[in-house]
Amino acid sequence: MSVLLQLSDVQVRYGAIAALKGVTVEIGAGEIVALLGANGAGKTTTLRTISGQLHPHEGRIFFEGRRIDGLPAHEVVGLGIGHSPEGRRIFPRMSVLENLQMGAYRFGRARKDDLDRVFALFPRLLERRTQDGGTLSGGEQQMLAIGRALMSRPTVLLLDEPSMGLAPLLVQQIFDIIREINEQGTTVLLVEQNAVQALSIAHRGYVLETGSIVMSDAASSLLVDPRVRAAYLGEGAA
Amino acid sequence: MSAIRDSEAIRPPQSAGGGRSAWQRLRRNNNARKLVACIIGALVAAVITGPSGSVSHPTAGFTGALFHPRVIVFLVLGVLLWLAMVGRETLSENIKTVTAPISMARTRWLGDPKVRYSLYAALLIFAIIYPRSLSSFWQGVLVDQIGVYVLLAIGLNVVVGFAGLLDLGYIAFYAIGAYSCAYWTGALPIKPVFHLNPFVSIVFAVAAAMIAGVILGAPTLRLRGDYLAIVTLGFGEIITIYANNLQSVTGGAGGTNVVPHLSVNLLGLKYHWKLDSLPYYYLLLVFVVAILVMFRALENSRVGRAWTAIREDEVAAEASGVNTFKYKLLAFAMGASTSGFAGVLFASKVQTLYPSSFALTESILILVLVIFGGMGSLPGAVLGAAVLQWLPQFLRGKINQADLFLYLGALLIIMMIFRPQGIWPSRRRARELAMAEAGLTEADAVSGPTAGEVQ
Ligand SMILES: Nc1ncnc2c1ncn2[C@@H]1O[C@H](COP(=O)(O)OP(=O)(O)OP(=O)(O)O)[C@@H](O)[C@H]1O
Ligand SMILES: [Mg+2]
Repeated sequence: MSVLLQLSDVQVRYGAIAALKGVTVEIGAGEIVALLGANGAGKTTTLRTISGQLHPHEGRIFFEGRRIDGLPAHEVVGLGIGHSPEGRRIFPRMSVLENLQMGAYRFGRARKDDLDRVFALFPRLLERRTQDGGTLSGGEQQMLAIGRALMSRPTVLLLDEPSMGLAPLLVQQIFDIIREINEQGTTVLLVEQNAVQALSIAHRGYVLETGSIVMSDAASSLLVDPRVRAAYLGEGAA
Repeated sequence: MSAIRDSEAIRPPQSAGGGRSAWQRLRRNNNARKLVACIIGALVAAVITGPSGSVSHPTAGFTGALFHPRVIVFLVLGVLLWLAMVGRETLSENIKTVTAPISMARTRWLGDPKVRYSLYAALLIFAIIYPRSLSSFWQGVLVDQIGVYVLLAIGLNVVVGFAGLLDLGYIAFYAIGAYSCAYWTGALPIKPVFHLNPFVSIVFAVAAAMIAGVILGAPTLRLRGDYLAIVTLGFGEIITIYANNLQSVTGGAGGTNVVPHLSVNLLGLKYHWKLDSLPYYYLLLVFVVAILVMFRALENSRVGRAWTAIREDEVAAEASGVNTFKYKLLAFAMGASTSGFAGVLFASKVQTLYPSSFALTESILILVLVIFGGMGSLPGAVLGAAVLQWLPQFLRGKINQADLFLYLGALLIIMMIFRPQGIWPSRRRARELAMAEAGLTEADAVSGPTAGEVQ
């Protein structure tokens, strides 16, 4: 397995506050990697740093062997890193179709097969393609945010809490779709609060705690690790 | 048990004393309060528009206005305004049932390119033929008041309407264009490096305005929207103050020397613009049409999509691969150069420049033209500028000139209550307001919703 995306000793600050204090993460081509952690641990910060919205103060980020940590966000997208941000952030007054076309901005215009792929994954979006993004339900907006990120044909897809605020049935459905996207060849870095479900589709996982990685292992081992179970599943302390 | 009694004790006492409670009821009644406000407003309007007092009769302004039959007209207008406010919901429903078929017909009709282009052609023919029959006063208005401001509104529409950047110092670029033209044609106290024909000076003046736009935009466009508004506001003021105070460069408040009229002498084509307004009008028409065609093409291109995305959500736009800084700067520079270009035409038409033409109120006026016409809509910008710039001239002599802004202000307020999207809104802007009304997003005059970091 070759390393696709690598963060080495990445430190990020918001002014004087250190949000990431030396994060080292490796993501292999074709993997689903889960990034877990409590509120405020720095998960969103990690994703935003990878996609160029934030720049590390120390450390390096490599993608396909190329250093990317100084690049602006729009160039990072062009390299093949798609980001479905926390809180969805779809374009509220653009239709579903226009939102998806914006996702394909790096190509100039949306390709038919990409649209077909997104609509095959999310048939609901096809039904609602002329509706304004802002009038979609929360779950539909999440599908649109993932779909929009896929339109840029990412090699690696960064997903920030795709299950946030969704009904249990829909959560299961979203995780199934993430697995499907991965099986179609896209590497996934998944940030989640839903630890069990995230680990059950992931190959490996990292646990972030106040800006530092405190655990990393195969997903199946993390799933049975007493410390993880204590922290995220509310089971008795180890 | 005691808990229940406690909660009863908290309840406010029921009507205490007849007269007082009636007064309180009145005070709490929203509609009654609005009525009082409207009547007071009407009386204030009556006083403002009434006769003015003098040293010998200091209260004549009040007595002459309030104890005169004309106050009744104002009271009636005040009550009508109140009725409009109170009955707003039903009224706008009624208006909608009347206008819905019209706007549906409009979309269906104008959706057909054949109809649309024939309409444009008809409008263009009208714009070519009609001014010939006007008096020379109106021909002058058509150039100085309408044509130049149409150009300015189209330019600002790109900045504010397309990219969602609030530029409050837009007139500064107009001033830079106008004074550059004056400089290159030798009309300023300082002499140019070499003299240019005003037509050729267009290139230099537009370049100067654009460079000023880039210099101002480059550092500020990296910041959030509100900062840009403040910086441009300050910049506009700096430019006017310089125009006023740098006497040795600009001529100061006394104005510049005479800027020559435009003339071309190119490849056997020879023409000299003179005092007559009509030739200026046709020149403006050519440029306005050319710029409209160009901006329309941009709007429907990749650039236009980038601007829309930036206006909707800048972070999401960046994450979709839009170089937000580049496109914001592009919009800003395009607005600045359009403004500078309008400045050149203005300079060579009026021939003498005074700093007062470039005051802050002018920047605000142009913003009003854009909002009035329909933000983000090119036909809207043209219509808004034409209507709002025509109206004061039309009212001239019909009303007391000092009251002009009272009427214009009332028109704008009524417009914003009943048709906030403007006369000819862009399709998207209409959707924005519809969604805001349904409580799904917010809509303010300029920026899109600022989707927070936290959901
Ligand atoms: N723009 C900002 N300015 C200052 N501090 C910030 C900013 N954004 C995040 N932080 C801080 O950085 C830390 C990490 O935040 P981050 O959003 O990465 O957490 P997270 O792991 O995604 O949490 P959650 O699960 O709640 O989304 C937090 O302490 C947060 O308060
Ligand atoms: Mg987060």
